[in-house]
Amino acid sequence: MKTKVGIIQFPGTNCEYDTQNAFAALGCETQILWHKEDSIPEGTDLLVVAGGFSYGDYLRSGAIAKMSPIMKAVKEYAANGGKVLGICNGFQVLTECGLLPGALKRNEGLHFISRHHHLKVVTNNNTFLKKCAVNDVVNIPIAHHDGNFYIDAQGLKELYANDQVLLHYTDESGNISSPNGSVDSIAGICNVTKNVFGLMPHPERAMESLLGSSDGRHMLEGFLSA
Amino acid sequence: MKAIVNVFLKNGVLDSQGKAVEHALSSHGYGTVSDVRVGKQIIIEMNESDAVSAKAKVAQMCEDLLANTVIEDYEIEIQA
Repeated sequence: MKTKVGIIQFPGTNCEYDTQNAFAALGCETQILWHKEDSIPEGTDLLVVAGGFSYGDYLRSGAIAKMSPIMKAVKEYAANGGKVLGICNGFQVLTECGLLPGALKRNEGLHFISRHHHLKVVTNNNTFLKKCAVNDVVNIPIAHHDGNFYIDAQGLKELYANDQVLLHYTDESGNISSPNGSVDSIAGICNVTKNVFGLMPHPERAMESLLGSSDGRHMLEGFLSA
Repeated sequence: MKAIVNVFLKNGVLDSQGKAVEHALSSHGYGTVSDVRVGKQIIIEMNESDAVSAKAKVAQMCEDLLANTVIEDYEIEIQA
């Protein structure tokens, strides 16, 4: 059966069609869900909170989006074990609404960063990265101004203890190298129950080697129904 | 009634913008500058007559939306 993917769109979201294209290329059935909807379509296997600049990043990235009607439904969906993936601005929305721990601050160097970056897979003991090998180094684009992941020392300890740290920023050889000042060079995390995932890099923009990298395929393939 | 909300990064959370401004001021000859913090101010006009109740509502707004309490602190001043 085709995996059914719902992609959430706020005013200012701009990666929804790339995301749709990526999952369609993997054979999924996709549907864009406008933020004014108050329910998630029946049979949805994965919800993606896509990247972009919801509400112009006003106040804080992701802050106003968390007040949108659909977010109540997203929370219920996640509470019932539904899988949710937040990419870039989607990651910011998921931390703002409390589905993921920590917060995303302004990049340490204050610049907007848009380029390919290497990431190392920290764990594959979850749906998202199960098709990747631990310590795999992947080449994925990043494009953000507020990607500086922050969590306090106790929170960081818990992330590692529960195997919630998914990806580290590294160089090509897999040595830690953070572009934005993130605590422990963390690029992506999941929640304790491992059904809500967030990352700043854009796997949906790494689907074709012709366009620089196809390493995003392996990552997103984790969500396909067996 | 007017509420003035100041939101700042918590102590211990690196304020990169504050550091950049501090560096710019120091390098422009303002040698006595020892620390700069950059925050934001949100001014809210409210149809409220009771300052205590107004402050309580604004505090709830801060918790819900205006501040991200994982990284930020807020201060509220109510003006008649």
